[in-house]
Parts: sequence; C-alpha cells; structure tokens
Amino acid sequence: MMEQQVTKKIVAHFDIPYLSFLDNEGRVLQALPSLAQEVSHLKKLYQSMVIARVFDAKAIALQRTGKLGTYPSILGQEALGVGMGAAMKPEDVLCPYYREVPAQFWRGVSMLEILLYWGGEEIGSCFQDPSVQQDFPICVPIGSQTLHAVGVATAFKLRNEPRVAVASVGDGGTSRGDFYEAVNLAGAWKLPVVFVINNNGWAISVPRSIQSAAETLAQKGIAGGLACEQVDGNDVIAVQYAVQSAIERAREGRGATVIEALTYRMGDHTTADDARRYRNATELEQYQKKDPITRLKNYLMNIKAWDEAQEQKLQKEAQESVAQTVAAYAKYPIRKPETMFDYLYETLPEAYKAQREEVAQLKEISHHG
Amino acid sequence: MAEISLVEAINQALAYELAHDNTVVVFGEDVGPNGGVFRATVGLQQRFGKDRVLDTPLAENMLAGMAVGMAAQGLKPVVEIQFLGFIYSAMDQIINHASRLRNRTQGRLTCPMVIRAPFGAGIHAPEHHSESTETLFAHIPGLRVVIPSSPARAYGLLLASIRDPDPVIFLEPTRMYRLLKQNVPDSGEALPLDVCFVLREGQDVTLVSWGAMIHETLKAAEMLKQQNIHAEVIDVATIKPLDMETILHSVEKTGRCVIVHEAVKTGGMGAEIAAQLAEQGLTSLLAPVQRVTAFDTIVPLARLENYYFPSVERIVSSVQKVMEFA
Repeated sequence: MMEQQVTKKIVAHFDIPYLSFLDNEGRVLQALPSLAQEVSHLKKLYQSMVIARVFDAKAIALQRTGKLGTYPSILGQEALGVGMGAAMKPEDVLCPYYREVPAQFWRGVSMLEILLYWGGEEIGSCFQDPSVQQDFPICVPIGSQTLHAVGVATAFKLRNEPRVAVASVGDGGTSRGDFYEAVNLAGAWKLPVVFVINNNGWAISVPRSIQSAAETLAQKGIAGGLACEQVDGNDVIAVQYAVQSAIERAREGRGATVIEALTYRMGDHTTADDARRYRNATELEQYQKKDPITRLKNYLMNIKAWDEAQEQKLQKEAQESVAQTVAAYAKYPIRKPETMFDYLYETLPEAYKAQREEVAQLKEISHHG
Repeated sequence: MAEISLVEAINQALAYELAHDNTVVVFGEDVGPNGGVFRATVGLQQRFGKDRVLDTPLAENMLAGMAVGMAAQGLKPVVEIQFLGFIYSAMDQIINHASRLRNRTQGRLTCPMVIRAPFGAGIHAPEHHSESTETLFAHIPGLRVVIPSSPARAYGLLLASIRDPDPVIFLEPTRMYRLLKQNVPDSGEALPLDVCFVLREGQDVTLVSWGAMIHETLKAAEMLKQQNIHAEVIDVATIKPLDMETILHSVEKTGRCVIVHEAVKTGGMGAEIAAQLAEQGLTSLLAPVQRVTAFDTIVPLARLENYYFPSVERIVSSVQKVMEFA
C-alpha cells in the first residue's frame, strides 16, 4: 500500500561545538583565552603534565618489579587531568575515575597517596591535604562516581553554596545507566555539576565504535537537557578553558554541562592488560603525534618561554621528586591486620569484636603471598 | 493520646527528625505531595518544604548513589525505595559505595544514610512487590539492617537509624503497616540498635523472629501456652549486626530454638543464627534448631501467597516437634 507523503515538523535539534586552541605541533589555531596569557600559568600546566608522566612511568616500573599492584597508566592523557584540576576551585569537589590523577595532584592529593592506594593501602584514599578533604577517592566501579557527583551537587544546591561538583568518566562509562541517571537528574534539578568524559578511545579492549552509535558522546547529555560540547583533550588550554567555563556556568546556577574530551590511551588499560592483543600499532603512532606534552612544549618554545636548559632542569626535578615519593612508599609501614575492622563502622559492633581479636592473634602473613 | 499504626509511626519519626535535625533530607519517588505510595511521608513536604522532602526522577540506583554523595557532604539522606523488590538496581551503590565509603577513605568520608523500603508478602500486591530479601543486605560488611515489628519499635528504631553515623537499610513490613495500633508518644526517644527485644518470656522454647512474622510468632506463643508450653519470643530487630548474646542467653534457659522468618530458607538469616547456635550454644541445646520459613520458591502471586510464608500452625507444629526431645 502506498502511503501519501507525510510531513513531520522538527521539534528539537542540537549542535555539538568542538573547541581547540593549539594544533598537534603547538601552533595557535585561534586567539588564546586569558588563562593562556600568563606564561607562569602555562609553565605550571606544563610542569604538572611532565611530573604526572614521570610518575606514571615510575608506577608502571614499580608494578613490573613487583613493588606495586595493578596500575592504570595515564600516558597521553595528562592534559585532561591537569586541565580539569586547574579549572576547579579548592572548594569544588572532584569525583574522579582512575585516570584523573593529574587533577588530584593539582588539587592536593599526594603522589605517595596514589602509590599507597595502588600498592594496597587504604590510607591512600584518606587524603591529608586540608584542601581535598571532601574530594571522593578514585572510583573503580565504572561510572558510579557520576551519581556521587549529583549527590554532592544536590547538597550544594540545598545549602545554597556557590560550589560545583566535577565528575570524570571514561568513554565506556557513558554506556552505563549511572551516567544517564546522573545526567538526567543534573538536568531536571539544574544541579551545579560538570561531567567530563575522558574519551580515550578504548574501554579496555572495546573501541569507541562498539561502545555507541552516537556521533559524539557529548550529545548523550542533550537528552538530559544539559549543555554539551567536545574539546580537544590533548590541548590543556582548551581543557582548562572548557571545564572552567562550565564550572563557572554551574556556579552561577545556570545548569550542568557534559564535556567530552577527546584524548587517547597510549598505554595499556592497566598493567594487567596488553593492548597489542586488540589494537594495531599504526593507530598508536598516529596518536603519538597528538601528544599533549610535546604540543604545549612546542608552543612555549615558539613564544620563547621555554628552552632546553629549563627542560633538563624540570626533568631532573621531576625524577627526584618521584624518587623521593617512591622511597617514602617503600618504607611505609604495614598496618596491624586487625585495623581492617577499624573503619567498618564508627564504633565496631559487639558482633565483630571477637573476629577482630582473632585477626590480631594471627601469625604474620606476607602480603607477597 | 490517639493510637497510631506502624506507617503512622514512621511518619511521626520522620517528622520528628526533620524538625530537630536540619541536615535530614527525605527523598524518593512520590514522597512529596502524594506522601509515598503507603503514605509514610504524607504531609512532610507541606510541613518542611521542597528543600527537605524531595520528589526525584524514577531511578533507584540514582537514589542510592546521590545519597552517598549527599551523605559525604554531611547531610543525612533518608531515601524511600518504593518496594524492596525494586532495590536491586541500587545494589551496586549500596554494596560498592554506601557500605564502604568510611573504610575506603579510612574515616575521611562517611555515609550516614537510611534507605527505607517496604517489604514482605501478604498484602495481595502485584509481582515483585512481596519480596523478603533482607539477608542480601545482612551479608554486606559496613551495613546495618533494621526491621521493626510494631509501631513503637518503628518509631524508636527509625529515629536511631537516622541518627546512626553509618548506612542503615530500614525494612518496613508492609503487612504490619496498618495491622495494629499502639500509643507511640512523640518523645524523640530512640530505641537501641544492634540488640534484640525479648517480647515474651518463657522457659520451654525460644522463638526467634523479626518483621511481620513476629505477629504470627506471638500468636503461636499464645496458642502454645494453652498446651502448657511457655515460649520466649525474641524480636531480632537489627538483623545485622546480630545480637547473638540475647539469643544464646535465652537458649541457655530453654534448650530449644525455633527460628521463624519470611525470607526463603536457603541462606536466610535463620541459617546464620542456627550456625552460631551450633558454634556457641551447642551444649545448651536439648533439640535440633528448627527453621520455619518461606519455601524456596518465587513469592507466589496473591492466590497462593498465604501458603508461602509461615503460618501460626506451622510454627506451633515445629515447636511441638522440638518439645518431643526430652
């Protein structure tokens, strides 16, 4: 049966803007924002990325020599974490997944704490720096931290505090219900929250193409009524600018934003993974040309704000700083085993006191098994 | 003073805490103008405002996850899950986050929250509305699982749960919501958590139960009295952590124990209590510990559901069996 031509009117449409300031070689694509006018700030962004990379390489080396547990590399994603951290105010709250350690470092979490965490010591999530007392620890169950962020943002809104919650989530994490539920609530309640999607192309071995048919992951926020955009996640200036703009928008009560940062996971998913099983080498080579650190270094050198002497000095300082952290990590004492009961509840219930005593009486067992 | 039902006692406790602690926030689906599907939150939004009593989008995992974020910020979320049968999508947030935030951060962030959920069979509800799966939560370190069985205990235990610094799963037996009424003074006085309540003293057999089954268990105890069997009835009330002291103390006296619960038999809390009796109280026992429970089936729909959970007759018959042992 032939139907007559039907007409449908368009009731909604959307656009996803994409932002970048520096190209792969560090050449300026458009006038830089004010945050990039201050050379000292750009140097700090650069130094933070370099230290994060040195830390990352050392963490992998520690794991390979049996001195650290499974560890997820951040290689190639330093701009994203640093840009996020730099965009936040101390009073904001970060709900990170596990590849945003540069943001955590920027905010005050120590390298020692991150090593302790992946080295099997819970105290690594008991951040000591007063400015990060309310930040959530690294979140392992994928995407679940997005809901903590809307809860934190709800508290800010109910108390009328000009603060913002920032959650990061991987590309794979945006396939989870948690993400959609968080985005939905953020839109419905106009919450002061920013979701940063760390799209590094891979969810362990599953590529972005299998993860979703959407042209962009950013547009997943459109359905929740959020502002949504993409940013070059390897351009630290663009990341900071985009996240900071979204944070200030949220702080002013103008609603939540989804920012999809396009980056690339240059390493394996974790030290327990081997990306050669599912990823071809040419793809990696292509993305190495987009390296976030080289890019900013080129820009800084082009404007004569950086030279090889400064680079040598920075590399040396970064190595020394990480070496000091590793030394502190190596001699960090192992807690008494019965302390595994000490933060189960505020006060240990009677029912478990005998078990605590039983653990206390156990003979020493090596954690190297 | 007017007598109130269990659901009214819940409402009274929520109102008391909302009035006395400005960090308490009540939220969930339909808790606002509608007052909750069972009317547990009726009038609260009108009285305390939309910043204290919030209707949310429909997503249980979201409710639990946002509660974790709010609790970490120093609020005291009191979440309503409409029926226990719908809580399962929230298990990830409850198990992976709410129960362990304190431990994960070594006390830096904590999770003082209450998740309330009506539960249990016997009200001819649709599919998925009659579950009694409290043991799922009792298995999780870091949680408390609290189950009232009367209006007075609902009031006192809910106040205690909201004031507790750790996450509490607070399960309200739907069959008891309006079954009986009691005088419950709005005194703001909490009852203790982590302890059993001895509802009736007796020297022949210890009956251990909680939630709606307390109703049948007390009736059974009354029938047994006619047969000159004097049953001690213990309402466990907090099933995690478990107060074995009270149960062991009673069994020392009676030498016999029958555990009654509405959850299915396999891996139920009855198994845990029986195992602990075997570990710590074997020499007191004169007879094998018995469990009178729901059958290991899916909760039947309305026509057969009354066969499913323990009846007074099944409890009495089980007690008669243990009394045969000298």
